[in-house]
Amino acid sequence: MSSQESGAAGQKSNIPQVLAHSPKDNVAVVVVEGLKAGTKALGVVTEDNSTFTVDVKDDIPIGHKVALIDLSDKDTVIKYGQDVGRMVAAAAKGHHVHTQNMKTKRW
Amino acid sequence: MATIAHEMTSPYPGGAPDQLMTKSLEAKRASSDYKNASFRGWRRENGRVGVRNHVVILPLDDLSNSACEAVANNVKGTMAIPHAYGRLQFGEDLDLFFRTLIGIGSNPNVAAVVVIGIEDGWTGRVVDGIAKTGKPVVGFGIEGHGDIATIAKASYQAKRFVQWASELKREECPISDLWVSTKCGESDTTTGLSSCPTVGNMYDKLIPHGIYGVFGETSEITGAEHLCRERAATPDIAEKWYKMWKAYQDDVIEAHKTNDLSDSQPTKGNIAGGLTTIEEKALGNLEKIGRKCRYIDALEPAETPAKGPGLYYMDSSSAAAECVTLMAAGGYVVHTFPTGQGNVIGNPIVPVIKISGNPKTLRTMGEHIDVDVTGVLRREMTLDQAGDALIDMIVRTCNGRLTAAESLGHREFSMTKLYRSA
Repeated sequence: MSSQESGAAGQKSNIPQVLAHSPKDNVAVVVVEGLKAGTKALGVVTEDNSTFTVDVKDDIPIGHKVALIDLSDKDTVIKYGQDVGRMVAAAAKGHHVHTQNMKTKRW
Repeated sequence: MATIAHEMTSPYPGGAPDQLMTKSLEAKRASSDYKNASFRGWRRENGRVGVRNHVVILPLDDLSNSACEAVANNVKGTMAIPHAYGRLQFGEDLDLFFRTLIGIGSNPNVAAVVVIGIEDGWTGRVVDGIAKTGKPVVGFGIEGHGDIATIAKASYQAKRFVQWASELKREECPISDLWVSTKCGESDTTTGLSSCPTVGNMYDKLIPHGIYGVFGETSEITGAEHLCRERAATPDIAEKWYKMWKAYQDDVIEAHKTNDLSDSQPTKGNIAGGLTTIEEKALGNLEKIGRKCRYIDALEPAETPAKGPGLYYMDSSSAAAECVTLMAAGGYVVHTFPTGQGNVIGNPIVPVIKISGNPKTLRTMGEHIDVDVTGVLRREMTLDQAGDALIDMIVRTCNGRLTAAESLGHREFSMTKLYRSA
C-alpha cells in the first residue's frame, strides 16, 4: 500500500495517527496527512510500543504536535522524555501545540 | 540482471526511491553480514579508498572560477568546483580555508587535481598539501600569463589526468575501508522518529566493524548537550567537545544574535514541518548517533580524523552545504542525509544519500529521496529494517549507483568563513 493511502488520516485501524517517543511525553507527533478535529486518534509510544488514543480537537498538519494532557502557560513540554521548551499559552488535551503557544527556553 | 520494472510500478508519481530493487540485484545484501560486507572502490596512493573517481579543476580563489570552468568545459569528465573565497583571509579563517581546499583535493573520491589560482604562492600551497596524498596534482597561476594561456596549459594537463583516471579500476574493499558522514537537513518531527534513528542504527551496526563515522552541527546540539556530552568515549573527550559547543554558543550565537534565533534555528522549513524549538530539533538530530556508539574525538572544522576507526564529532555549522563540505574535506567519502521536509542538497565529490520518513515529502518530491523509511511511522518497518535498508543503499551507492542528488546535478559546495576578510 502506498503512503498516500495511509496518509488519508489513517483509515487502516492498526496504523497509528500520532506517535510519542517516551511514556513521559506530554505531546505526540501527528504522522498522517489530513488529521481533522473530532478524530479519535490512535497513538503509539515508540519506546515501549504501548498504545493510547487522543481525541483531536484541532485540524493538525502532519509532523505537528498534539497535547496529550491539558497544558497551561509556563508548563514544560516533554518530548523524547526531555525538556523541549515551555508553553507561552494554554493548550488543552487534543489541541495543536506549536509556535503559537510554545517557545524555546534557550537563546 | 537488474530490471527497472520495479520503478515502473512505483506508487510514487514524483519519482520513486528504489531501495526495493535490492532484491533484483545480483549482489549479496551487505546488511545480511555486516562483518564481511564489502564494496567496490578505488584504492588511492595513500591507501584510502574512494567511491567516486573525479578529476577536479580546483580554483584557489573566486577570481579563478572562470578559468576552472573553462577547463572543465574543454575536457569532458572533469569537474570544476567554483567557490566564493580565497582572497585576503587571515589567521584561523585562512587556516580553515586551506584545510578545506586541500581536504577536498585530498579526498579519496578525487583521482587527480588541477589547481588554478590568481598567483603562484597560495596556488602552490594547495598543490603541496594535496600532493602529500601521492595523487597527481598540478597548479597554474594566472598572473603573468592571462586566462587564455592558463586555460590552454591546464586543459592539456586535465586531459592527461582524466584519461589516466578513466583506466583506474575499482577493487573489492572491506567495509572497514569506508568513511561515512552524517548531517540532516530541513528536519521536521518525522526525522527524529524515523530517518535520523535509521542513520543511528546504521552506525551502531557498522562502527563496530571498523568504519569511520562523523556527526556535527554544533548549534543544533543545543537542548541535547547533556546527552551529547555523555556519549563521549572518555571524560577528556567529553570536556573537549563541551568547550567546542560552549564556544559556539558564546562566540557565535550570543555574540551575533539579534533575537532568540527563532527565525533561523529552527528554520522556516523546520517550523512548517512541526518543529517548534531548538531543543526539540536537537533531540531529533542526536538520534543520528544511535544507541551504542561513542565518539572518540572532537574535530576542528574540516580536520581529518587521526585516532583510527570510530565515530567522531566535527565542529560545524548546521547549514547543510557548509557541513557536508567540511566533512568531505575531512576525508569522508559517502554522506547519509536524513530529511523531513525535503532538503535537495548534493556535493560535488561526495555522494549524498537522502533518507526520509515523511510520507508527504515522498509523495510530493520523492525524486530527491534515496531511502524511503515512511514504513517506520506506520509501524510497518522497524528501525532495524530501516538501518539495513540504509546499509544496503550505502554499499550500492559506493559501488556506483548515482544518488538522487547526483542524478539531479546537485553540487553544492560552501566553505565556512569564520569572519570578515582583511
